[in-house]
Amino acid sequence: MLTLNVNGTTHQVDVPGDMPLLWVIRDILKLTGTKFGCGIAQCGACTVHMDGKPVRSCVLPVQSVAGQEITTIEGISEKPLARKVQRAWLDHEVAQCGYCQSGQIMSALALLNDQTSINDHAIDLAMAGNLCRCATYTRIREAIKDVSESVGVWQP
Amino acid sequence: MKDQQVKLEMASRRRFLKGISAALGGLVVGAWLPPMAPKSAAAEAVAQGKASLGDSLADGFGAFVRVGHDGRVALISPKAEMGQGIQTGIAMMVAEELEVGLDQIDIQEAPPNAELYTDALLQFQATGGSTSTRYTWEPLRRAGATARMLLVRAAASVWETDSNLCHARDGKVFGPTGQKISYGDLVDLAATYALPDDVILKRPEDFHLIGTPATRLDTPTKVNGQAKFTIDLDMPGMLITSARACPVYGGKVRQVDDKAARRVPGVRDIVILEDVVAVTATNTWACFQGLKALNIEWDYGANSKIDSAVVDQKLQDAIQRDGVVATEKGAIDASLQAASSKFEAVYEQPFLSRSPLEPMSCVVHVRDDGCDLWVGTQVPGFAQQTAAAVTGLKPEQVKVHNQWIGGAFGRRLDFDFITQAVRIASKVSYPVKLTWSREEDMTHDLYRPQYADRMTAAVNGEGFPVGWQHRIAGGSIFARYVGSLPASGVDPDAVEVAVDPIYKLDSLKVHFIREEPEVVPVSWWRGVGVLRSTFAIECFVDELAHNAGKDPLSYRKTLLAHKPRVLTALDLLASKVAWDSPVPRGRGRGLAVGEVFGSIVVTMVELSAIGEKGVRIERLVTVVDCGLVTNPTSVKAQMEGGTLFGLSAALFNEIDIKGGQVQQENFHAYRQLRISEAPPVEVHIVPSAEAPGGVGEAGTALIGPALLNAVNATFGDRVRRLPLVRSGYFIA
Ligand code: FES
Ligand code: FES
Repeated sequence: MLTLNVNGTTHQVDVPGDMPLLWVIRDILKLTGTKFGCGIAQCGACTVHMDGKPVRSCVLPVQSVAGQEITTIEGISEKPLARKVQRAWLDHEVAQCGYCQSGQIMSALALLNDQTSINDHAIDLAMAGNLCRCATYTRIREAIKDVSESVGVWQP
Repeated sequence: MKDQQVKLEMASRRRFLKGISAALGGLVVGAWLPPMAPKSAAAEAVAQGKASLGDSLADGFGAFVRVGHDGRVALISPKAEMGQGIQTGIAMMVAEELEVGLDQIDIQEAPPNAELYTDALLQFQATGGSTSTRYTWEPLRRAGATARMLLVRAAASVWETDSNLCHARDGKVFGPTGQKISYGDLVDLAATYALPDDVILKRPEDFHLIGTPATRLDTPTKVNGQAKFTIDLDMPGMLITSARACPVYGGKVRQVDDKAARRVPGVRDIVILEDVVAVTATNTWACFQGLKALNIEWDYGANSKIDSAVVDQKLQDAIQRDGVVATEKGAIDASLQAASSKFEAVYEQPFLSRSPLEPMSCVVHVRDDGCDLWVGTQVPGFAQQTAAAVTGLKPEQVKVHNQWIGGAFGRRLDFDFITQAVRIASKVSYPVKLTWSREEDMTHDLYRPQYADRMTAAVNGEGFPVGWQHRIAGGSIFARYVGSLPASGVDPDAVEVAVDPIYKLDSLKVHFIREEPEVVPVSWWRGVGVLRSTFAIECFVDELAHNAGKDPLSYRKTLLAHKPRVLTALDLLASKVAWDSPVPRGRGRGLAVGEVFGSIVVTMVELSAIGEKGVRIERLVTVVDCGLVTNPTSVKAQMEGGTLFGLSAALFNEIDIKGGQVQQENFHAYRQLRISEAPPVEVHIVPSAEAPGGVGEAGTALIGPALLNAVNATFGDRVRRLPLVRSGYFIA
């Protein structure tokens, strides 16, 4: 039995320790907002936060995250900054198929949580690990810029 | 043809009326849909009485629009949502004519029903080919307008007044003395009326919703993790399954040692099929681990001797031959003989994978008395047919629940993974969710064919082509998808655009040289024939302009004097990018123009050279005239995404084959453009009142040639083969 803290709730899970966090989240805890795209840390669809930092849950053995605070897309809507990000995503009509967008939003939110100064280069660094096959990149950039401006951290 | 249409129309009417009486107390409005092509398997089966139509109107489904007692409007969408925003677009069409708010509409996925939901442009029930807006534009608005007319008539009869004195707005009918009744209270009476014959659609100048940047209906749940795709579904008693098919297409399983796989915690069953081995388990990870632990001996078969070099050589040889003539106008031989000069070039494009971000996934429950499929598919009718064929059930016993699609790009026009899921599900007693690993997905895709185009122009004294010969060599998607080529021997998709180029030519001859790669199956992509032809023609014309020492934009304009809409688009582009002002040193601009999927697109790429082979994209501008726009936000989004999708492929992508096996297994080897490399895409829409054109693939079609033309302008290097990285270039 492993003890996991996901979105503020403690779960006991009976899974092999090498099972990637992604599959525990999706198949055991049934939180399917976090997506599977590649399984090798190439696409970012599986991005969640571990103690506030963005991580690729598809390559993270669940035993290595026991005791840490995990946040998935389902667990962010309470936070004002997250709501701003989601709002900006809707205002800019970012999503196309939407499949990558949970991961995009988790990476963007981590960037915004973390940085006191954001510019295009910071967006490149924070978001380059998130593929979008529908190529919604132009709008992702605009949405992040929009939130950065509204919270006063945009510094081109 | 005419008679048949009339007959079907009558049948459709009858069913409509029957539908009303049995509908769940609501008003059901269908619109006439034309019959489907005899080439569609589903359609053929239906036409011969061999298959059912699936959910019938008598079961309570209206064709398109149903108004409930609560006033809510159910819109049965004949088009799948895969990110293109089409369901919002269709809802706008219905809402506009029905006079309801977008928020009153609930979208449901259309069940397989070839007669009702066939797309007349595609000639079967499908979402693809950039036909969705073009096709739904008329029938969906008509469905909305029809419902509105019936509701107004019902209100008028309640008030004992003339319908002409009443009008509808916001889900209510208003009468001459200020009376009002909401739609929900009128549906029972309205449902007793026959369909009106004199449906009049709004004039574009009266639209209040169409043409506005309405918010997408499907996006709110796509930003909070609540949106469900096929891969996210869970059913009572369901297990996960994942499969490994023979790495070489056409190969078979020889024997399997599954001892180790059975010891993986969570693994339930090992299903061995002729060419596939599958593992079922309580979770996806256990499936993947179980598959890894299998010791499978394969009989790879004949294709295992084929490498990319073999495919290459066959195409090189093929393109030197003549093929089946797809079109011949004027006398090309005479033109070539009389020409003051000739010019010839060969353009090549690689195999491509579709690789949508959601890997192939399908939930199936096979029972003795029926089968349910929950799957995001572009072809629900084919999904139903294949499940019926595998299980021996009747098609009407197969229910297809279409789902939102996590990217398609043509992938979900194929139903190989659905067939596989049903084959696996037939061997077990519980529902399964098939989920492919990315590796399985990429190596068992069906691939956009590798192609070669040989263009030979007769050039006059001023450097303009008087005619050209265009030879196209490659595998035929049409033949693979439909079962055979048309009697002409020409793949109608492959020669699209080539047989009707936008440029004015006195003579034209197009050959289709079928050269099947055999080693992998070929299929659709985000545009195929249109893209391939446009790529060859736009690179070629650019070369001709260059050879003539003329500006590529004004050169094109000279050849396009008969195309005023294209000229307008070109002029708009020229003004947006200040085409006539000089480009800074070390930079170059490339251009491409096309009339594609019913739209006109002009794309310009500006590059700068970083060292000898470093490419930096400085600017990417595209102008689109797609006729009347339903939702400008969606048009822009499609142009942006489609252009970058094409750019990614043009820069980086190529599927290689070694020993019959696809070499690219995941996104590290089949790399995609990342945000740090993606230039902003400037989209300009030409205001237009023409019939709507498609935009899903339009941007994708123009970026490849624009990029290579820009590479020539910047580096003085005429690259004629995609992807660009093949020629040593990199993104700097
Ligand atoms: S699924 Fe984890 S990075 Fe792609
Ligand atoms: S929106 Fe489709 S993959 Fe990003």
